[in-house]
Amino acid sequence: MHLLEPRARPSKLMRWTAPLIAIAATLLAGSFLFWSLGKPVLASFQVFFIQPMSSSYGWSELLIKACPLILIAQGLAIGFKARIYNIGAEGQLIMGALAAGGVAIAMEGSDSQWVIPAMVIAGALGGALWGALPALLRTRFNAQETLTTLMLSYIASFILSYMVHGPWRDPEGMNFPQSIMFSDNALFSILLEGSRVNTSIFITGFAVLAFWLFNAHSFMHFQIEVGGHAPAASRYAGFSSRQTVWFSLVISGMTAGLAGVGEIAGPVGQLNLNISPGYGFAAIIVAYLGRLHALGIVLAGFLMALIYLGGEAAQVSLQMPFAITGIFQGMLLFFLLGSDAFIDNRLRRFA
Amino acid sequence: MHPPVPRLELLDITKRYPGIVACSEVSLSVMPGEIHAVLGENGAGKSTLMKIIYGAVRADSGSILLNGHEVNVANPAQARRLGIGMVFQHFSLFETLTVAENISLVLDEPFNLPALAVRVKAVSERYGLPLDPSRMVHSLSVGERQRVEIVRCLLQDPKLLILDEPTSVLTPQAVQKLFETLRQLASEGVSILYISHKLHEIQSLCDGATILRHGKVTGNANPRQETPASLARMMIGRELPVCQAPVYEGDQHTVLTVESLNLVSDDPFGTDLKNISLTVNAGEILGIAGISGNGQAELMAALSGETTVEKHAIHFEGKPVGHLNAGQRRHKGLVFVPEERLGRGAVPPFSLSHNALLTAHRKGMKYWGLVRYSKAREFADKCVARFDVRCGGSGDDARSLSGGNLQKFIVGREIMLKPKAMIVAQPTWGVDVGASAVLRQALLDLSRNGVAIVLISEELEELFEISDRIAVLAQGRLSTAQPRSAISAESVGMKMSGLFDESDASNSAEVSHASA
Amino acid sequence: MIEHLIPILAGTLAAATPLVFAGLGELVAERTGVINLGVEGMMLVGAIAGFAAAAETGYGAAAGLPAGALAGAATAMIFAFFALSLAANQAACGLALTIFGLGLSAFIGQNYVSYSLPGLQPIAIPFLSDIPLLGPVLFTQDAVVYLSIVAYAGVAWTLTKTRLGLLLKAVGESPESAHAIGYPVILIRFGAVAFGGAMAGMAGAYLSTVYTPLWVQNMSAGRGWIAVALVVFATWKPTRLLFGAYLFGFVTILQFHAQGLGIVLPVQLLAALPYLATIVVLVAISHDRKVLQNNLPASLGKPFLP
Repeated sequence: MHLLEPRARPSKLMRWTAPLIAIAATLLAGSFLFWSLGKPVLASFQVFFIQPMSSSYGWSELLIKACPLILIAQGLAIGFKARIYNIGAEGQLIMGALAAGGVAIAMEGSDSQWVIPAMVIAGALGGALWGALPALLRTRFNAQETLTTLMLSYIASFILSYMVHGPWRDPEGMNFPQSIMFSDNALFSILLEGSRVNTSIFITGFAVLAFWLFNAHSFMHFQIEVGGHAPAASRYAGFSSRQTVWFSLVISGMTAGLAGVGEIAGPVGQLNLNISPGYGFAAIIVAYLGRLHALGIVLAGFLMALIYLGGEAAQVSLQMPFAITGIFQGMLLFFLLGSDAFIDNRLRRFA
Repeated sequence: MHPPVPRLELLDITKRYPGIVACSEVSLSVMPGEIHAVLGENGAGKSTLMKIIYGAVRADSGSILLNGHEVNVANPAQARRLGIGMVFQHFSLFETLTVAENISLVLDEPFNLPALAVRVKAVSERYGLPLDPSRMVHSLSVGERQRVEIVRCLLQDPKLLILDEPTSVLTPQAVQKLFETLRQLASEGVSILYISHKLHEIQSLCDGATILRHGKVTGNANPRQETPASLARMMIGRELPVCQAPVYEGDQHTVLTVESLNLVSDDPFGTDLKNISLTVNAGEILGIAGISGNGQAELMAALSGETTVEKHAIHFEGKPVGHLNAGQRRHKGLVFVPEERLGRGAVPPFSLSHNALLTAHRKGMKYWGLVRYSKAREFADKCVARFDVRCGGSGDDARSLSGGNLQKFIVGREIMLKPKAMIVAQPTWGVDVGASAVLRQALLDLSRNGVAIVLISEELEELFEISDRIAVLAQGRLSTAQPRSAISAESVGMKMSGLFDESDASNSAEVSHASA
Repeated sequence: MIEHLIPILAGTLAAATPLVFAGLGELVAERTGVINLGVEGMMLVGAIAGFAAAAETGYGAAAGLPAGALAGAATAMIFAFFALSLAANQAACGLALTIFGLGLSAFIGQNYVSYSLPGLQPIAIPFLSDIPLLGPVLFTQDAVVYLSIVAYAGVAWTLTKTRLGLLLKAVGESPESAHAIGYPVILIRFGAVAFGGAMAGMAGAYLSTVYTPLWVQNMSAGRGWIAVALVVFATWKPTRLLFGAYLFGFVTILQFHAQGLGIVLPVQLLAALPYLATIVVLVAISHDRKVLQNNLPASLGKPFLP
């Protein structure tokens, strides 16, 4: 039943090829899935993975979906390195969106150029607050962040639901649960004519650079990694574990909150119940697939965005439910974790 | 009369692990009623060999004969059915279960705890191993836990009993008791395989010995006819090295003082510290004897700052430091070398230069929150060179080093911080004889340069070799430290089981009775 | 007031039943040292499998529950392969299982969105159901509610009174020791995880074939996660788990009766109550570290390679 034995030393090769093996295994399992559903395998792959990239519009959509995933995953990766499992980025995204949306609604009608900056700050704070709560619960009350972040994300979605059903419902919205459409100065400006690509990509771009530098050069990052690999060594060195908990949860809340701003002041343009198609959860996979490395996460973010677009295309062209995206995401994470096992271990040689 | 058939015979047993040959063509034989030693230093392959006999590990090649018949021991359950019992070095007991429950898990018989408890009592009394079947294992002393392991084997009527380093956790008195039990068993015809690296024990107990070095048999001997020197030559290939302890001639002053320290353990199965007081002076090594689990972990954490305590409970260089964490205390010159090297003293997947950063980051390796990796590398390179750390370079991962070399790196790293005091725990645990001698000498040299050292160790020989004064930590209480010349191993052994009274203790807590 | 009390209490038992099943299953898995965060995913797969079986065979819950249990156990085996055979990070594997189960159940469920099932009629236990107050609350429930109590009793008895229970606890405390004395640790953990999956699947099938006898995407709505939290709250003890589940059942039912009780809060905020309550109980049980440490299976979540 146990298939592995430790390697004499970890395989550097496996460390970097594991994501590729996982992707290959996912494609293989995906073909089996298509085949078992009676869909033509090659044509399905064409729809799923090639079609979205065959037009410039497709590429722009890829960018739009990749940006929030990359942004959230950068923040999550910090926590994962310290073994702090924030799995409630979805809720932090929602709270960021709510805070920013509140600013947009309050400043409706103003022609100030400061609406967007104010929304960005509010969104970052909203997300950070929703990340700070589990940090408080963990450091003060020792409550596991895995469960509290997730519960808080359910609570966030109910708060969103309440706001768009109640106080912030668009009075002219035919009773749909949604806010007013934001005015232009509460939206990021479009960068590419004819697409939805907007200036919020600069936030992601800046974040990638900042996290890359932070990871490569900061002492704080070193402390975080020590805490993740060997908590006893962290205590031995005198590093504060509380500080790590606060830092990683607040930072990951903040990036998720910013991603929320990017959605409502970008492609969505208002507050409604569908501001995120599960980006907060998908970003967990992006972080691991990108090896928790700032640049690796960029590549992984694009791949995950492609799975989203493929899911949408499959819905239209293959009459498959969008849920297939979730199946692919789950398989990808499983196969990634499975291939990762071969970094430190190898197949057991049976006597 | 037939020539007697050996109870156990091993023929050319070989076992390879990735990157290492643990046992290479090992053969040995044990007669019925014989107490046979397997002698070798750490990493010689003794434990692997025993696990092969017990079916916990499978050999790559070679055969095992029991009473003249070749057997295939697939797993420990089968080994037990064949009449093989094993007492593990790191006990295979479950802390949250009772003694009887622990024993019931290895028996092939209907589940009936009350009936089992009666048998446990009977067997334990017959062999002088008193046990209460209803006690939880976590409340037992290490010596009592060993009794559970032995009784667990005896209940299965073993024909061959394997004991892996059984005395490393016992007081000298308890060792004598154990030997009586083993001799009684041998006289009843049980064969005993006794694994150890302690020469004098083997000479007093064993009828025959097989000596292993680097996984190979380097000799068979009757230990009673050998000298410690001749056994050592077979075991390590040369004489046992000896440390030089010159007299300290620097200025005398107290560096570290602990006063009436009380600490409730974080660990649910830990030991609370009760009213501990000690002083350590510049230029001396204070040895703290005692068996792990008597507050050692807690005392180390309190001294090093991994657990912070009441501000004035600990004074360092005349200033209170009890409230400071390990990093802050290290910054003041109080360094710590923990017993776990991988995962505490060093981060296993990190390179040596990153591991230098772990505690030496205040030595100019940081500016504005950023790391100067070149400085860390320089520091690590210097440490590797100065302390003869055998490795490929400061880019090697900590986990790729042998125990002895990693320990040299960690001790070296802390020495390079130019400390005024060092707390060091089990410095030679799991380290080969050569590296052990180097490490002990390094500690002696450090102390003679005016550093105050607290050495916490389970090994009495080590303590008597390099300590200037020795105190005993038992059941969370610390005895008064006495000069090495004024005490004997026997009196330390008595104290290790908690037998010291008010005048003897560093405190005036009530006397508790022995339980080890 | 009293006219609300009986329906609230009676509803509590039914609302708690999925949590009892899923929680007991996770409790057994965690006792052996495996934390499976995929309960939500296994519940959803169990829910759709149970619903499909009930709808296709026409036997209702009688076919749905076993099918749900089987499907739950089967998905748990995916987790077990990665988390146990390959010793991968258990938390991440559980998350993968939840994401996968959510997708898979929605995928299969698209064919069943407009179906509805008859559900189960409550069984009034003769005589006992005539006791005032207690009768309607405890003894006029559907068969599965009674089954969940039998399951509780079975798990509690096994864990405390049998050698198997001792072994499960031993494996959870020290897989190294259990391996050293010759127990097949991975196999035992596979079994416990499969049991956990079957129970979660049954919980899901109860939701889709009895509790609200129709299929809605993501219908477990976080109950799987609440079950995981309950195991912590219960400090790995079945009896505490049962009470914890009933507490949550009560909170869940309360929101439907809030208006009648004169509580004026928006419905969305009332719906958030069980999740808020989860955080509150986690804080309550965790703030004293010793309580958790004394009961925590020592190897929980740590990968084991023999």
